[in-house]
Formats: sequence, C-alpha cells, structure tokens
Amino acid sequence: MSDQVQETGGAGPSHRNVEIGVTLVIMLIALIGIYGSIKVGFGWGAEGPQAGFFPFYVSVIVIISSVVNLVNVVAADDGSVFAEWGQLRQVGAVVLPTAIYVLAIPYLGIYVSSALLIAAFMIWFGRYGVAMAAAVAVTVPILTFFMFEIWFLVPLPKGPLENFLGY
Amino acid sequence: MLEDIGNLFHGFAVVAQPFNLVLMVVGIVLGVIVGVLPGLGGANGVAILLPLTFSMSPTSAIIMLSCIYWGALFGGAITSILFNIPGEPWSVATTFDGYPMAQQGRAGEALTAAFTSSFVGALFAVIMITLVAPLVASFALRFGPPEIFSVYFLAFCSFVGLSKEPPFKTVASMMLGFGLGTVGLDQVTGQLRLTFGQPELLNGFDFLIAVIGLFGIGEILLTMEEGLSFRGTAAKINLKVVLQTWKELPRYWLLSLRSCLIGCWMGISPAGATPASFMSYGIAKRISKNGHKFGTGQIEGVVAPETAAHAAGTSALLPMISLGVPGSPTAAVLLGGLLIWGLQPGPLLFTEQKDFVWGLIASMYMGNIVGLLIVLTCVPLFAAILRIPFSVIAPVIMVFCAIGAYTVHNNAFDIVMMLVFGVAGYVMKKCNYPLAPMVLAIVLGDKAEESFRQSLLASQGGFSVFWSNGLVSTIMTLGLIALFWPLIQSGWARFRSGKLRPAQ
Repeated sequence: MSDQVQETGGAGPSHRNVEIGVTLVIMLIALIGIYGSIKVGFGWGAEGPQAGFFPFYVSVIVIISSVVNLVNVVAADDGSVFAEWGQLRQVGAVVLPTAIYVLAIPYLGIYVSSALLIAAFMIWFGRYGVAMAAAVAVTVPILTFFMFEIWFLVPLPKGPLENFLGY
Repeated sequence: MLEDIGNLFHGFAVVAQPFNLVLMVVGIVLGVIVGVLPGLGGANGVAILLPLTFSMSPTSAIIMLSCIYWGALFGGAITSILFNIPGEPWSVATTFDGYPMAQQGRAGEALTAAFTSSFVGALFAVIMITLVAPLVASFALRFGPPEIFSVYFLAFCSFVGLSKEPPFKTVASMMLGFGLGTVGLDQVTGQLRLTFGQPELLNGFDFLIAVIGLFGIGEILLTMEEGLSFRGTAAKINLKVVLQTWKELPRYWLLSLRSCLIGCWMGISPAGATPASFMSYGIAKRISKNGHKFGTGQIEGVVAPETAAHAAGTSALLPMISLGVPGSPTAAVLLGGLLIWGLQPGPLLFTEQKDFVWGLIASMYMGNIVGLLIVLTCVPLFAAILRIPFSVIAPVIMVFCAIGAYTVHNNAFDIVMMLVFGVAGYVMKKCNYPLAPMVLAIVLGDKAEESFRQSLLASQGGFSVFWSNGLVSTIMTLGLIALFWPLIQSGWARFRSGKLRPAQ
C-alpha cells in the first residue's frame, strides 16, 4: 500500500494525494467484498439471511462513508505533505528488511532469520561494529529459544541449523 | 452479595498460590517493559505474550496476562514523565505537567504521584467491578439475540460518537473490520465466503495478527519516521520523597474521586482510557484554583489524567467479563485469550467458571498492589531500558512481533499478514483513521452478525424486533444517540449561538 504520488515543489508526497489513495484502496476492498457477497448470495434464503447478507451491507456502508471521506479530502486541501521523502526512506529501510525477514522464516527458521535481521539492522542502521552486532544478534535468539521452547513449551519455526543441532 | 464476597476470598486463595504469585510478578515486570518500549503497548504486548500462556491453566494464564496489562498501564507514566514521550496514548496528558516537574528536579515526586494515583484509579474500578459485574452478568443471562445485538450496536455506535477522529473515517474503519471478520467460514450456514479459492483465507483474518501488525509494526514505522532520540531526566525515587508525596496527595481526594468516576464511565463505554485521561485533565484544569498554572508542573495535572486512565483501563474489563463485549483493544485481546483457552466469554462465566472469574478479579486487587511496589522500587531500571538505542530495540521488537504472530495458529503466512497490517496501520494512522474500532469489529464481527441474523430470522426480516421491548429499545435508542452525537452536538451549538446572537 505505497501511495507515493509525486508532487511538484513539495519535499514529499502531499497528504491529500496519499489520503485519496487510501480511500480508493478501502473502496476497492469493499468492492471485492460486495462481489464476494453476491457470489454466495446476499438475500433471504431458507435459513433466513444468506451468508453474503452481512458482508454485503457492511461493504455498502464502507463505500458510502468512503465517498464522504473522499469528498472531504478533495474539498479541504491544506497543502501539507504526508511525510518528507527522507522520512519515507527511513520507513522503507525498516519495511524492506522486515519483508525479507518474513519471507525467509519458512526456509531458515525463526532463530537464524532473527539473528540476521538484528545484525543487519544494527550494522546498517545503527552503525555498530560487527562484533557488537553479532553479540546481540546471537544472544537474543538464544534467550528467545530458552524462553519459548524450554520454559513455556511453545514450538517456533525451525530451519536447517536447528535440525542439524538435533531440535 | 455475601456469596460473592466468599467467592472473592476463594479467588484470593487461588491467586496467593506461589506459582501464580510468581506469574504475577513476571507479568508486571514484562508489562512495564512493554509499556516503556516504543512500539509496544498494552494491546500488542499482551497479544505477543499470549503464546507464553498456552500451556497454563486458564486461571494462571489470565493472572499473568492481566498483570502484563497493569504493568503496561504503569509503564506509560515512566516514559511520559522522564522522557516526555508518552509510551501509551493514554499517558499523553501526563506529559503536560509530569515532564515539567521532572525538569524542575521533581521527577521522584511526579512519578510517585503518577503511580499512586494510577493505583487509586485502578482500585476504585476494581471495587466497582466486584460489586457490579455479577449483577450485570446475572441480568445479561436473560438476554436474547436482539438484546445481545443491541449491546454490540451501542458499543460500536459509542465509537463513532466519542472518538476524536472524523465520524465517517471511524465508520469506514469499523465496517472494514467487520468485513475482514466475515472472511472464511460462515458460522450460521457453514458456507465458505469471500475466500476466492485461496486456502490461506479459509480461517479468515485473526484479530490477534491484526493487533500485532496495526499497533506493533505500525507504531515502529511511525517511530522510525519521526527519527526518535531519547533525552531523559535522571530518575531517583527514595523513601523520603515517596512518603512526602503521599502526605500531600490526600489533599486532592476530590480531584481523585472525580477522575475515578470519569475513568470508570469512559472505560465501560468503548471510548477507553485515552479520552478519559484528557477529559479528566481538562476538567481539573477548569475547576482547580491552580488551573492557570497547569502545564508548568502542577502535581494535580499528573494526578488527574493518571487516575482516570487507570480507572478506565481497568473498568474496560467489566463489559468483557460480564457481557463478552470488550471495552478496549487490550480487553479484546484478553477475550481472544479466553477463546484460545477454551472458555466461552459472556455472562455464563460467572456461573460456570467461578474459579476463573474470581481469580481474575482477585488478581486485579493483588496485581495493582504488587505493581505499585515494583514500579516504585525499580524505576531507574526501567528507565535504563529507554537508553538502549532504537536501532537495537526496533529489530528485537520486530522479532517478538513475528513470534507472536506465528504462534497464534502456528502458521508462517500469518507473519506475512502481520507485515501487511503493519504497513496498513502506519498509513491509516497517518490519515487519521482510528484503529481500535477496526480491531474490535474483527473480534466481535461474527458474534454481532450471528445475533443480528438470529434476530431477523425470528422476526422474519422485520427490523421492529430491535424495538420490541423496553430493554432492547432503550439500548438501541442510546446507540442511535451515540451514533448521531456529533450531529446533535453541532446542532445544539448552532441552536445556542443562533439564540444568543439577537441578544447581543
């Protein structure tokens, strides 16, 4: 959901454009909801209201209120920016590694991926030395392991390393 | 009544078991840490730590989780007073006078006042819960589908009327939540809907994932954008300061009582702790004879919002245990916990799970006493956590969010959903969409829908069923008033100004 619409002159995407984008995305979701509700039937069936009855009207209300929101946004443009490009870059610098982390978990297991995420974050973002980053990156997953798997008996996703170690 | 007191003492006996006492202390310490850390708060903190309780008995589990909640409520005050950073939205009002006090070297006094008034607020709310909850529950046992739906209706309408966000954004966010809640298996007909053939969508969207994503990840992204740097005042609390402050506090008993009442009222309706703290601060400012000095470090400016926030945060559990309608996102997460432990929330809890309910109520008393002692003695320790740089804290919080999301259903796809909700939460929060109604709608969606459809089925589709007797009509009408409250308010203001103008 990145609605980074280029705006001339500003130091970032305008608040108005982002908000229009958000409203349109919400309306799109509601349209999908209406489509899905019609597919399962939204009327009155043998057992009372059909399965699509509730989601259909809920989606209709979303659309109506989104239209009002859209009108309000278009009417009141104060020319403010949503966030500066530099700030958005900061946010992106968190979202991107986290996205890679999330996708890596099924393959590497949560402990190894977590260690990599923490190390990468500390070196790249916090400008820490490799030794310090490695120390934190190894300690946290090990503590997590003991807390979840040993003390509270909650299994977490494991990868090749844990298999190799016999867990 | 007498029977309830006997049950309460039985609850105390359950809580006083050594294992449960240990859990209580662990819960409060974890809770304060959660409250102090940016990006973690009551709701997502409890959601992330929920898996730790899967192997426990429900009573032990609720003791630990509710103590995390009390800890988080206490923790918010530490960051607002020492660092001028509200750890929780409800401690924003505490920064107004708390931080100036800390700058003047009165941090100890401010912290003692904050913790003590939190304790007073919570205690007041717990006593209220002890007295009122059993009555509400026994009354609610007679509710049929239309009455149950009307309670949901009132709860959601109050969001529209009371939230400070634009009403149509509140409606859009809430209805989106209801929509997301309907994805998956239809409870009434057993039909699949809105899954579009995707196997990942069969179980629908779990609200715990939404809570962790919207509040946890979204909050971290917001913090990242602001490029946070912590500049805190040193915290020292010694016994002398505590005793001195305690000697001074009874002078503000009337202020405390008023804040307690505001807090309880706001807490029961799902508006929650944040508006309660602002309202209490605002009213205190208007009434106090030191009102013009508010904002420069008045102790009353700390007492008022903290008392109200804690009273609200605690009384949010009243509708959760007696009706099964949570009063705040955190209460909703606790409700989700009940379902996972195999308990059915609602009025039946009081008759079928006496140990559990009274253990919970007893743990509210004990937890707040233990919490007060822990925070008073360990403030420097907790403040030190905030001095760890954000570039270390942020990935660690991400890791814990991911673990929390995974363990809900042992499903790696949920972690992806968590990130999607996180980015959505960041953008929505920036665009002024309230997130709490969305989360509550995802949790309560299927229950609200079920009662709605059962009522309509009984009436053959006529909406008159919602005005069929005195009780249901009253609740529905209150709901409508709450829904149109912004309109009523502006209409009234226009009417008044219209009437006044000719006189001028």
